[in-house]
Amino acid sequence: MAKPKKIIKPAVKFLQKCPTGITGLDEITGGGLPLGRPTLVCGSAGCGKTLLAMEFLVHGAVEYREPGVFIAFEETAEDLAKNVASLGFDLKALIARKKLAVDYVFIERSEIEETGEYDLEGLFIRLGNAIDTIGAKRVVLDTVEALFSGLPNPAILRAELRRLFRWLKDKCVTAIITGERGEGTLTRYGIEEYVSDCVIVLDHRIIDQTATRRLRVAKYRGSVHGTNEYPFLIDAQGISVLPVTSLGLNHKVSQERVPSGILRLDTMLGGKGYFRGSSILISGTAGSGKTSVAAHFADAACRRGERCLSFLFEEAPNQVLRNMRSIGVNLEPWVKKGLLRFHAARPSLYGLEMHLAVTIRAINQFKPSVVIVDPISSFSTTDNSFEAKAMLIRLVDFLKVKGITVLLTNLTSAGTALEHTEAEISSLIDTWLLLREIELNGERNRGMYVLKSRGMAHSNQIREFRLTGHGVELTDVYIGACGVLTGSARLAQEAREKAEELAAMHDAEQQQAALERKRHALEAQITALRAEFAANEVEAKRLILQSEQRQESMVKERQEMEHSRRADPATAAGRNKK
Amino acid sequence: MKTAKQPKHTKADAAILPDAVWELRLYVAGQTPKSLTAFANLKRICNEHLAGQYRIEVIDLYKNPQLAKGDQILALPTLVRKLPEPVRKIIGDLSNTERVLIGLDLRVAQ
Repeated sequence: MAKPKKIIKPAVKFLQKCPTGITGLDEITGGGLPLGRPTLVCGSAGCGKTLLAMEFLVHGAVEYREPGVFIAFEETAEDLAKNVASLGFDLKALIARKKLAVDYVFIERSEIEETGEYDLEGLFIRLGNAIDTIGAKRVVLDTVEALFSGLPNPAILRAELRRLFRWLKDKCVTAIITGERGEGTLTRYGIEEYVSDCVIVLDHRIIDQTATRRLRVAKYRGSVHGTNEYPFLIDAQGISVLPVTSLGLNHKVSQERVPSGILRLDTMLGGKGYFRGSSILISGTAGSGKTSVAAHFADAACRRGERCLSFLFEEAPNQVLRNMRSIGVNLEPWVKKGLLRFHAARPSLYGLEMHLAVTIRAINQFKPSVVIVDPISSFSTTDNSFEAKAMLIRLVDFLKVKGITVLLTNLTSAGTALEHTEAEISSLIDTWLLLREIELNGERNRGMYVLKSRGMAHSNQIREFRLTGHGVELTDVYIGACGVLTGSARLAQEAREKAEELAAMHDAEQQQAALERKRHALEAQITALRAEFAANEVEAKRLILQSEQRQESMVKERQEMEHSRRADPATAAGRNKK
Repeated sequence: MKTAKQPKHTKADAAILPDAVWELRLYVAGQTPKSLTAFANLKRICNEHLAGQYRIEVIDLYKNPQLAKGDQILALPTLVRKLPEPVRKIIGDLSNTERVLIGLDLRVAQ
């Protein structure tokens, strides 16, 4: 919060500013409201005028030692005290310490009869008295226009109001005058004519049944100021204005890498995972496993001992815990340890700005190093895509400035291109993972690939993404002659290949066996022939022997015969020669 | 400043209880022409219509600014009828007698 001393530069005669102490408002007004001058705060009923004015006084009294006077035309002091007690403002204590004075000015038209000339000196006296009693530096008139319905003569009233604002300037008090917004004019009775130094317009628009509050500095004489419509919100901590444009693109970047929690995915991302402080988008159709990838990342962060804040916009925390347990990611211990915190809200619960503010506040409180938003697509409806984009830009910018790694999931609705986010924030994203359903042969399977990943050499391969009982697994898909195959088609293809291989092996074996058999047959034949030959040989030898024996015995018989005949040896010899 | 007068008897148009006392308070800021006119007008009307039955209290808010809160005074001069109840307020310098009488419930508006 800006201190008054820093803004006021006495050497230069610039317009001096009076800090409101309201988050963001001092930022867009360059330090606060014009010091010593009246500021008009106008807007329709219920847009937060009174609260803004009261915060201005309470912050002034508590933080800047500037007592304040609240002139209430619409609510009693008791009602006011009750109304702002919910914000932690103790008006009664401030009044007792003379830091604040509340004067309820009430006019009942029916009680008043006008009988000639009059002025509003009574109001001046009351205001002057209140200012002087506590030494007020700040004044609020809420809503001074109530006088128009209470007093019958607008001509006198206008003249008196003109005098009042001049008088406030002379008193050197910084004043807020609130006014109800009129048709075509800033205020119903045109008092912006008299309060022309600074005009702040509050707006409470309802788009798609969701209300968004906006604040605009319509005019600031003598000072530069943000001219946009800035969303603001009112919650238990009062008003916060959220300037969109105050974030620049000059945040530091980290070289550190953080694992995704899925080993194979880290491999796809240059082997190390995401960059710390980068923005990661996981988009895919319904049921493609986005939350599971996010859960792995959360789990990995908690394992490292880092804090993770998860914003759920479609599921209850318990449901996520249960579902993730079914794929073997048990997040419950981290919740118990306080490392993981869920923040669940329906997108329609409040407007985008409120979501952003609640998100930023939760982040500031929990100080996580990893933030998960699941999913961002639920913010986008057909009418508000611009707001949704603006909101996400601011969220991502905010996280990048803080160096927080953010993982967003985006549900791609059927019929739209996968490389498309509802909020058109793809340019904000550093690492974009796409989960897609591959529908083939009567079944759906999940495929994952890295669409882009700034600053790292990432894989260009499609991996099959499987949810198993022990977490997400990435498998190589079958890439062959028939294209990319996943799931059972991949299994079938693999089986087919195996069968073919087996058959080929079988063939070879058969041939081998046939050869063997042939060899066996041949050998048997050889053995048989040999046996036959042996048998023949034996027979032949036997015949030879027989014939030799016969010859011998014949010779013997002849000799014996010759011997018996006593034949002449010569004759015998001669006969033998024949 | 407190003034009590006992002037001559004159009947007002509207019915007044004979023993009722009218308590009137005139708020002014200093001795401005408007204050003086208002006071003079008030005295005249009271003498004419409420003779002997009224009390006028003049409060100068410059001297007692804190008194403005009690009767919810914004415009000056303001005449407050404290009694009889209900409380009525009349703003202006009371130069329009008709309206003053209506404002004080001394005459029914036509």
